[in-house]
Amino acid sequence: METRIPLAWRWAAEEAVLGTLACEEWDLAARGAHGLAARIAALPGAEALEIVPGVRSVLVRAREGEALAAGPLLAMREIEVAKDGESAGTEHRFAVGYGGAGGPDLAAVAAAAGLSGREAVALHAGALYTVAFVGFSPGFPYLLGLPPALRLPRRQAPRPRVPAGSVAVAGPFAGIYPQATPGGWHLLGHTETALFDPRREPPALLAAGDRVRFVPA
Amino acid sequence: MSTLEVLRGGTLTTVPDLGRPGHRAGGVPASGAMDPFAAAAANLLVGNEPRAALLEITLRGPVLRFGRAATIALAGARFSAVLDGRPLPWNRSVAVAAGGALEIGDALDGARAWLAVDGGIAVPEVLGSRSTHLRGGFGGHEGRALAAGDRLPLGPPGDGLPRRLAAPLFAPRNGRLEVRILPGAGEEGFTALARERLTAAEYRVSPLADRVGLRLSGPPLSHTAGADIPPEGTLPGMVQVPGGGEPIVFGPDGPTTGGYAKIATVAAADLGALAWLRPGDRLRFRRATLGEAREALARRRAAVAVAVEICSGIEENSREEGAACTPST
Repeated sequence: METRIPLAWRWAAEEAVLGTLACEEWDLAARGAHGLAARIAALPGAEALEIVPGVRSVLVRAREGEALAAGPLLAMREIEVAKDGESAGTEHRFAVGYGGAGGPDLAAVAAAAGLSGREAVALHAGALYTVAFVGFSPGFPYLLGLPPALRLPRRQAPRPRVPAGSVAVAGPFAGIYPQATPGGWHLLGHTETALFDPRREPPALLAAGDRVRFVPA
Repeated sequence: MSTLEVLRGGTLTTVPDLGRPGHRAGGVPASGAMDPFAAAAANLLVGNEPRAALLEITLRGPVLRFGRAATIALAGARFSAVLDGRPLPWNRSVAVAAGGALEIGDALDGARAWLAVDGGIAVPEVLGSRSTHLRGGFGGHEGRALAAGDRLPLGPPGDGLPRRLAAPLFAPRNGRLEVRILPGAGEEGFTALARERLTAAEYRVSPLADRVGLRLSGPPLSHTAGADIPPEGTLPGMVQVPGGGEPIVFGPDGPTTGGYAKIATVAAADLGALAWLRPGDRLRFRRATLGEAREALARRRAAVAVAVEICSGIEENSREEGAACTPST
């Protein structure tokens, strides 16, 4: 079944517009945003645009020094999404060492969910995730599909340094830290797979719309 | 290959060019010189293309030794700087002998300056740019700030013609700056009082101000329905307001997405001048229309392109900034 989601645009900078989908259901909204991003990428002249999906939005910006031809964008007023559809992106599997030094928050997250560590791992590794968007730092994927029991607010005190490869959760999202950065997410485990390599094209391993599974190592 | 040897790195000296567009969807910000107009001017002063790689210097500068004769130019905030025992003039080209040593000390009236060398800093391009991305650990010199012992490759020498900056760059005066803002980033998420305060109040630059974001302190800006929004794409200049109510202006290394409400976007024409602000300096916001902001940006770009003129008859290493300069024809 197809559903139509209304789309509203506003100018966010001199040569940038932000299109936001009027949808509170993030899984559906994210698929709508991916569909919108794909439609924009198919417009003539789109190679000169930066197209940045958010969880239910798409930011479109002209390259430095160029004017944004916004007409065809502003003319898009709604986006059609399959209600029970699945993302068509590439599927990736990440081997994860759960708990221990690489996952110092596993016990606390499990306790908050009223689960044993083993049950929390089974829950996290049992889900199929979709990359809603990539942001925060190079290659950092925001994954939707986290089981509700594992959803917790961010840590009160962010860590000044989260190791690269940390598999983490915060709010409705699961994620993986590609670089050692400051971070406030709960760390469940660690993966050795590189998520970002500036010598690769594209440099980010994951893209909006891709699917992700975690496999206990 | 001719090199630039680093004898001291300084507080935070990095290699930028004018940025790395096209990778925001992969979480990669453009990076690039924090004031692109000042960086372009420094490059033009030594005869480089505006987007050549150069050095961005923060608060306390580096000590450098030149492996070949070079033409250099320092533009931006004023720093105490000594070249081979003599004070270095700024906003003009200066000839350096092979083996020459340049010591850039403390910033005197701002936070950052840009040092261009003829031929540019010839570090390899990564994703189409030579700019350092500190969080990502790539670009520039090994993806990090410069440190003692580093050797930077230099491009081929330029024409060596004497040049000076004939018009001032847009910058703070006496630690105060007013910048234009656009409304589209999401101001409907803020109370009427917050929107009024944003332009009525004066904000101070916090010590937590860097290339990722300029944190400001001042009257808090209240949200109508909480600080959190569904994360969406962000751009340099966007003014994000976390739960505490104090705004942060994103810089060139700012995140590509963000989950806090944004009240405004600083006009691109005025954004570079934020790079000159020191902790404690004062910032005001003034509303502008999209049309005004675009016009201002076009004017700013045009002004930089004509601000640098070739001189004749100025003494080498003349200490005066406004040394006699007859435009050559």
